[in-house]
Amino acid sequence: MFDLTGKSALVTGASGGIGAEIAKALHAAGAKVALSGTRVEPLEALAAELGERAFVVPANLSDAASVEALPKAAIEAMGGLDILVNNAGITRDNLFMRMSDEEWQSVLDVNLTSSFRLMRGVLRGMMKARWGRIINITSVVGATGNPGQGNYAAAKAGMVGMSKSLAYEVASRGITVNCVAPGFIATAMTDKLNDDQKSKILTQIPAGRMGAPEEIAAAVLYLASPEAGYMTGATLHVNGGMAMV
Amino acid sequence: MSDIADRVKKIVVEHLGVEEDKVTETASFIDDLGADSLDTVELVMAFEEEFGIEIPDDAAETIQTFGDAVKFITEAA
Repeated sequence: MFDLTGKSALVTGASGGIGAEIAKALHAAGAKVALSGTRVEPLEALAAELGERAFVVPANLSDAASVEALPKAAIEAMGGLDILVNNAGITRDNLFMRMSDEEWQSVLDVNLTSSFRLMRGVLRGMMKARWGRIINITSVVGATGNPGQGNYAAAKAGMVGMSKSLAYEVASRGITVNCVAPGFIATAMTDKLNDDQKSKILTQIPAGRMGAPEEIAAAVLYLASPEAGYMTGATLHVNGGMAMV
Repeated sequence: MSDIADRVKKIVVEHLGVEEDKVTETASFIDDLGADSLDTVELVMAFEEEFGIEIPDDAAETIQTFGDAVKFITEAA
C-alpha cells in the first residue's frame, strides 16, 4: 500500500521538523522529492541522507518572484510534479492589540499567499496529467483559534477555505486538495515553549502527549497516495484528541 | 480550411470528446460543445502550447466559439 514510485513531490519547509519527516515518508514510498526551504544547509543534509531521488530547491516564500520560480525549479529537477505539500510556515505571535501590520502581513504572505501561488503554479501540469495531489499543512489553531496567534490562525483557516475551493474546481481532473491539521507536535517550534506552557497544553490533549512529526507524515503519505483518490476537500486532524472537529 | 483551423479543431475534438462535425464556426464551447469553465481554461492552455503564443486572460474571455479561437490565433500567430 501507498506506493509512490514514479511520482514527484515538492515539499516546502523541508528543513523543519515536520517537513523533513514528510519528505522522508514520501521518499520511502518511492517518490522523487524536491526539498524546499530558505536554509540550504539542512536541506543539503537531508538530501544527502535520502540519497537518490532527492533534490534541493531553495526558495524564499516571502518573495513573490522566488515563489513563482519554485515549481519550475522542482519540475526541472524531478522531470515532473505530481504532489505538492505546502508545509512551510512561520509564526509571529503577539496579542491582537499589540500586533503590527508587519507581523500580520508576513505570516499571511508566507503561510497563505505563497501556498496560493504554488498551487496555481503546479496546476497546469497536474491538469494535463489528470492526476495530482495537493496537501496543505494547516493547524489545529485554524479550527480552534489561539490567543496570540490571530495572524497564524487566520492564515491556517484561510488555507482550509482555499483548499476546499480548489478541490471543487479540479476534482473532475483527478486532482485532490486536502489539509492535514497537526495539533501540538514535538518540533523546534514547540521546543520554544517553557515547561509550564507545555504541561498546561498536555492537560488539554486526551492522548496525554505531544505528537511526533512521523504521525503527521503518515497522514500526508496517505493523502498523497493513489488510494486517497476519493478524498478531497477534507482536513485530517492529527492532534491526539485535542480538538475533535 | 486553413491549417490553423485544422489544428484548433483537433485540440477541441480531443479535449472535449465531441464529433468533428459539431465543431462549426459558430459552435460555442460551453453552450454547444459541453465544455465547463475549467475546460475553456484548458483549451486556452492547449492553444498556447500548440501555437507557441500567449493568450492573456482578458483575451481568453472573448474566445467563446471555435470561430473566435481560430480568428484570435490567426491574428496572434
